[in-house]
Amino acid sequence: MIVAKGLEQTYRSGGRPLTVLRDVNLEIEPEGFVAIVGPSGSGKTTLLGLLAGLDRPTAGTVALDGQDLGSLTEDERARFRAGKVGFVFQTFHLLPTLTAVENVLVPLELLGRANPLSPAQMREHALALLERVGLADRADHYPAQLSGGEQQRVALARAFANTPRILFADEPTGNLDAETGRKVTDLMVQLNSESQTTLVLVTHDQELATRARRIIRIAGGRIVADERKESL
Amino acid sequence: MRFPFAITHAWREARSSWRRIGLYMGSITLGVAALVAINSLRSSVIASVELESRTLLGADLRLGAGRAFSPRIQAVIDSAIAKGVPTTYVTRTASMAYVQRTGATRLVQVRGVGRDYPYYGTIKTQPAGLWNAFRSQRAVLVDPAVLVQLGAAVGDSLNVGISRFIIAGTVDMPTDVSFQGALGPRVFMSDSLLPATGVLAFGSLARYEVYMKIPSDVTLNAFTSSHEAVFRTEQTRWDTADKQARQLTRALDNLTRFLSLVGLTALLLGGIGVASAVNVFVKEKLPSIAVLRCLGARQSSVFTAYLLQAGLLGVAGAAVGVLIGLVLQAFIPRMVHSFLPVEIGFTIDWIAIGAGLLIGAWVATVFALIPLLTVRDVSPLQALRREYDAITPRRDVWRALAYVSLFASVVLISLWQAPAWRIALAFSAGIGATVILLWLTALFLVRATRRFFPRGAAYVYRQGVSNLFRPHNQTVAVTLSLGFGVFLIGTLYLVQRNLLDRIAIDEGTNRPNLLMFDIQSDQRKGVEDILRTHHATGVQITPMVTARIAAINGVPVANIPADSDGAPNGADNVRDRRRARPEAWALRREYRNTYRAELAPTEKLLAGKWWNNPRNGGPPRISVDTGLSENLKVKIGDRITWDVQGRQVETVIANLRSVNWAQFSPNFFVVFEPGVLEQAPQTMIALARKEGDTERSELQRDLVRAYPNVSSIDLGVVQKTLDGIVDKVTMVIRFLALFSILGGIIVLIGALTTSRFQRTRESALLKTLGAGRAQVGRILFTEYLALGVLAGLTGMLLSGVAGWALIRFFFKFPFRIPVPQLLALWVGVAVLTVAIGLLNSRDVLNRPPLVVLREAE
Repeated sequence: MIVAKGLEQTYRSGGRPLTVLRDVNLEIEPEGFVAIVGPSGSGKTTLLGLLAGLDRPTAGTVALDGQDLGSLTEDERARFRAGKVGFVFQTFHLLPTLTAVENVLVPLELLGRANPLSPAQMREHALALLERVGLADRADHYPAQLSGGEQQRVALARAFANTPRILFADEPTGNLDAETGRKVTDLMVQLNSESQTTLVLVTHDQELATRARRIIRIAGGRIVADERKESL
Repeated sequence: MRFPFAITHAWREARSSWRRIGLYMGSITLGVAALVAINSLRSSVIASVELESRTLLGADLRLGAGRAFSPRIQAVIDSAIAKGVPTTYVTRTASMAYVQRTGATRLVQVRGVGRDYPYYGTIKTQPAGLWNAFRSQRAVLVDPAVLVQLGAAVGDSLNVGISRFIIAGTVDMPTDVSFQGALGPRVFMSDSLLPATGVLAFGSLARYEVYMKIPSDVTLNAFTSSHEAVFRTEQTRWDTADKQARQLTRALDNLTRFLSLVGLTALLLGGIGVASAVNVFVKEKLPSIAVLRCLGARQSSVFTAYLLQAGLLGVAGAAVGVLIGLVLQAFIPRMVHSFLPVEIGFTIDWIAIGAGLLIGAWVATVFALIPLLTVRDVSPLQALRREYDAITPRRDVWRALAYVSLFASVVLISLWQAPAWRIALAFSAGIGATVILLWLTALFLVRATRRFFPRGAAYVYRQGVSNLFRPHNQTVAVTLSLGFGVFLIGTLYLVQRNLLDRIAIDEGTNRPNLLMFDIQSDQRKGVEDILRTHHATGVQITPMVTARIAAINGVPVANIPADSDGAPNGADNVRDRRRARPEAWALRREYRNTYRAELAPTEKLLAGKWWNNPRNGGPPRISVDTGLSENLKVKIGDRITWDVQGRQVETVIANLRSVNWAQFSPNFFVVFEPGVLEQAPQTMIALARKEGDTERSELQRDLVRAYPNVSSIDLGVVQKTLDGIVDKVTMVIRFLALFSILGGIIVLIGALTTSRFQRTRESALLKTLGAGRAQVGRILFTEYLALGVLAGLTGMLLSGVAGWALIRFFFKFPFRIPVPQLLALWVGVAVLTVAIGLLNSRDVLNRPPLVVLREAE
């Protein structure tokens, strides 16, 4: 599902090159559930960004679902993300100017003509997703009117709106208390298995990481361990 | 129906963007309101003038001359009468009027009107219906001002010249805006009674007119074209209703177009507001934009979504502006009522409305374009990282195009609004230069503040000042918009102040305040005696000889090819001066010349020599005003032959001089050397000074009783009338400038509101760290004060430069800076900034820090 070869990322910081990732080779199978863990500044977020095609690597290639991202333009990558990728962020990143249901609608609307649903069907789908995350009654609330946990649940509904092949999650519980974090995690894992999505998550929450079937440890820009579990 | 993402998203976001940048759209509203009001007013005024062109003239054709019609012109008139053309006469002159009961005197404009005048329209009188009846008696109708100024009432008797009339009533009729109009109110009498008053015998201000009713355009054109040559050689002016309406329309068109430039400035200021708002708005939206990009939105659709929002809000802002403009359109005619020759109806001008909407939306969009281009450069990666400062705007062809289209828009809109393309280009260049200068000054001031940072000051003041150059600061944007407002107001004020100073008659000095004219040579001694018994001071008597130009360098005037008929006015004058032909009006006018041995204090010798030594042979020497020499296309050494009431006198131009026409003193185009005109028929002008309004009017009364033909003007009264006119003009300009000020304030409020989010967080942090309410308040106070002081200073410095340039090079007057008023403006702006800033920050001061810090997560 995800194939990364010889990934290297170098930024210029204060005029001097700073290598954040070096020689990362990685293959993630379909419907996999992978946690990328490592200390702050180890390069895990950079890796996530590269795998999702948010940035171009200095060297190396990334292929998602058989598509080489390096051969795509910025806009083609955007279209690819709109069709096949979902995102969950640490700070939720709901659009503050849109209501909960409108936030969920955004990925569907971004699909444009590739989306077969009518506006009414789209809304129905979005409301069903909100119901799935337990927020049917909050559909017309703005993010500022929702608690952190509720916001992250809306973000989950949004992430699954376009039925993505791959879901990227960046510290999804980082801004939530332990109890709420656990609930959000449960929900995410359930949704993942229901919709047979490949889930890649970056975290330094050990508890969350242990729920993954595979843990990739990263330090100093290199993969230092790759542990697989046979069963949940 | 499914819309593309850009449209759906724009529509959804606009709901809340509305609150954020809706305020800025208010500045678009103001500009559009001013433009729609002025443009609608222009079209309704012009429509009214065209509709009532015949009523305005009162006839289809008018012939007019500065002396009684010559036999050739009289023959033309007689032949028209013989063909059955209805014809009536009007004679205008100025004379002293005197009310026996109150003893008051006043210079008035006397109109002797023929029985049938006017052929079109009716003249309203009070009591009603008097116009057709009053001429059968020894009665006059007067402007209401005559009653007020002479303390008279209907039924009183009024002396004009040596005749006495009963005041039958008043007329309700728009006055003409001219210097002559300022000379005095009007008195109407039958033209058959005018000669007996004796005022025509000496009246130097007499004008003879004949009005004809020729309803068929074909007949009218045939008549004027077959007699045009005669009119020209006989120095008779002819006006048809169409021609007069055209001239009036052109004058009104020019006037309103100048006014619309002030409105346009307000709109452009609004544009700057939009640009600075969108700039901050985009910075706040960066996280959302990054998320959208993450979710797969393309650069172009995000960009389009935000551009659509700007356009949408622009249309909304412009629509509100149109509504306000229509209200103003109904209101402005009241302010300028006395300027307009016709009653203005309220008409809806769809073109002005459409143009207002279009221009408003366009200005909002094009000004939003440049800051919005940054949206394209947001990387989706920024949703994961929080370094939004990292964006470096791309310098690509789109950015260049955005700047070009912005500049082109300003030029095109100016071209469309301005009275002439030169003015439009000068206007655009001026606006551009001002913005660049303001921007540079703002940058310089920020640098200077950082350089001379008050390191020794208390913490709160240092923090406040350093806010001016922190990241995401609004300093340059606020300085630009606020400074622009101050610049506009300051420049308008400086120009107005300097012009008013120029025409002001200084009451404190020995300047004359009484002007007497039409004094005959044999009355000179008697007038001097009356002035002496009244203890008038500074008596100055100047001879005046009327003459026309007969030939220049031996070529008779009739054979000199000349440019355009009609009086000189604005745009034409500029054009004509470039051609090599002398101007018709300068060749054909009647000159009032004087003779004297020295230069007057209001004159300056520019070229050639003054006649300090006696003439040895050759023709008599004259001195010519430099402006006139350009109009006549003559130079030193050229010979002008004068027709001095029948006698030809050849003269040679000895020198050119400049004359300060703005000064109230006897000024002349042409001065003769002594020893030439002493024996020619002449009248005298006398200037004197007499303190006290009552004393001055007593002197005038004695003068008019002894010499009814001598007219005297109380310059204090003229001054008041002129002040009134200038006041009304400046009131309209100030009214429109008010839109710029309001625009500036809206921009200020908006700029402070958009940066409030950041301030709130900072203040909460400071409070958490232990800062008290008062300390946070003082930091904000310092920041706003510094902002207001810097922006005010920038605008003021630039308005000083612009005011100086306008006065010095355009009006050609010496420049004086009214220091206290400008300082007041500066302080006012600083106070306003602080007030608005602190009002805006109540929230920041009052909310507990925890709430804010939670929100910031």
